[in-house]
Amino acid sequence: MNYTTELLTDLRKKAQRLRINVVKSVGVGIAGHIGGSCSAADIVAALYFYKMNYNPKNPKMKDRDRFLLSKGHVAILQYAALAETGYFPVDDLLHTKKVGFHLQGHPDVIKTPGIEAGTGSLGQGLSIGVGMALGLKMDEINAKVYVLCGDGELGEGQIWEAAMSAKVYKLDNLVAIVDQNGLQAQGTVKARFDLTPIPEKWKAFGWNVIEIDGHNMEEILWSLDKADEVKGKPTVIIANTIKGKGISFAENVVGFHNGMLTEERYAQALSELAE
Amino acid sequence: MDYINQRVAYGNTLVELGKENKNVVVLDADLCGSTMGKIFEQAFPTRHFEMGIAEADMLSVSAGLAQTGKIPFVNSFAVFVVGRAYDQIRQTIAIGKLNVKIVGSSAGLSDFGDGATHQSIEDIAIMRSLPNMVVVCPADANETVEATKAIANYEGPVYMRLNRNDYENVTQGGKPFKIGQPSVLREGRDIVIFATGYMVGLALKAAEELKDNVSVKVVNVSTIKPLNDEKIIELAKDCKAVVTAEEHSIIGGLGGAVAQALCKSCKPIEFVGINDVFGCSAHNYLELLEHYNLTQNSIVNAIKKMNETY
Repeated sequence: MNYTTELLTDLRKKAQRLRINVVKSVGVGIAGHIGGSCSAADIVAALYFYKMNYNPKNPKMKDRDRFLLSKGHVAILQYAALAETGYFPVDDLLHTKKVGFHLQGHPDVIKTPGIEAGTGSLGQGLSIGVGMALGLKMDEINAKVYVLCGDGELGEGQIWEAAMSAKVYKLDNLVAIVDQNGLQAQGTVKARFDLTPIPEKWKAFGWNVIEIDGHNMEEILWSLDKADEVKGKPTVIIANTIKGKGISFAENVVGFHNGMLTEERYAQALSELAE
Repeated sequence: MDYINQRVAYGNTLVELGKENKNVVVLDADLCGSTMGKIFEQAFPTRHFEMGIAEADMLSVSAGLAQTGKIPFVNSFAVFVVGRAYDQIRQTIAIGKLNVKIVGSSAGLSDFGDGATHQSIEDIAIMRSLPNMVVVCPADANETVEATKAIANYEGPVYMRLNRNDYENVTQGGKPFKIGQPSVLREGRDIVIFATGYMVGLALKAAEELKDNVSVKVVNVSTIKPLNDEKIIELAKDCKAVVTAEEHSIIGGLGGAVAQALCKSCKPIEFVGINDVFGCSAHNYLELLEHYNLTQNSIVNAIKKMNETY
């Protein structure tokens, strides 16, 4: 691993900024998917501010890397990244989910610039990624497709259909990232619907498997770069994370899957994230 | 080239389209020998994708392909492509208005032997309820050729429903297909029949049978959505009553769409279709159609009833 302290510090700060903007976009008294946004914030920051090639001024640029949020309920996290990179003003985040506004509760490909496909009915993003990876290969475009899934989401059978088709078509331009925060909407994944062993499942489906600490920026960058070296098969990065990371009262708390903030907690969250 | 089978007409037309446009790609879920995706596969092996027996994945993959500029034609039996992959169609393709062509083969009762599990009697109702979705149901092989070209040139999601079996053409070959345009195949003044798919041919025969007693107008409604309400109202205006005929449930299909269009004009309507029941197995197509009263005679009776009552 050979990343400068400066780069890592900068990316960590950007990830915190995404979390702050997630909290701001959720606001007070309205439910929002804070937990799963905070668990994936470091990964999303690494993708948007380090790894991916894209151009907010030309969102349809042919050789852009694609990002699909298969766990579409944390759209607010992607919106924070898209705003930060210039697809739309950061202030737009404050109007998320207002009637008629372009920022919907789940990613909308027509309404929001920078969204590659509608997702949110869980289990479908990886298949959409397979289609994009196939299309890019047909056109000999050297771009990558990154798909962020939740660990609970792996209960959807379609994930494994996509895992099979990605292997059949040797999609080494496809990278799945599992935000393994261990919690799903109704409790721990282990207790509600035990999906273990997860790495072994992906290996059995023919994928290159990398396991990392999803809050260690150096490991995130390393895994994303490592995926570029693998030829002939897709890569999955299993990122161990903490749901609600960075906000003490939300960390590992099931209720903050789609939680609501009081005035006090809103202020506390922002102050903790600012530290 | 004249075809007498919609699937064969479709498969060969895909090849023609594939020659003209390298972005045309085809996906199948282990049924390409039946959907006739195999004709395309033979012509363009690298542009045909076998997606395995995994329809949900196939539909979402087609969405991804569309987003890289491809024009995917996605094939399976109508009952599977609509039923097993409904959510994938809804969430990504319909909401996103993606350029995916969903082609439901062996639709209606046309897979006569396989029974209720394989016969799609509700696919039109499901697909026409989705915003952004165009629903096309060609009357015969001739119209299938033109409809396939038309939907390839249309930018957006389309569901096209095809019959499994051979039967004679009732429309003229080579006539460009216009999405959303019903066509009058026979003029008449007393009763108007709006028919779709295989039932168009039966409607024409019924009209011929009754020609000495009732003047029957036959309209081929090969686009069920957008229906073109104004045109339907205009075509029904001078007739005293309406009959609809479809190889589909009488709930939510062509009959439902026509009734919705005509409700403001208060035209009495009789529906010929599958009466809110599932299909069953049969040894041949015609005996099955007869079992469910999808016959020339049913249309004749419907016309007579409407003619005598109103």
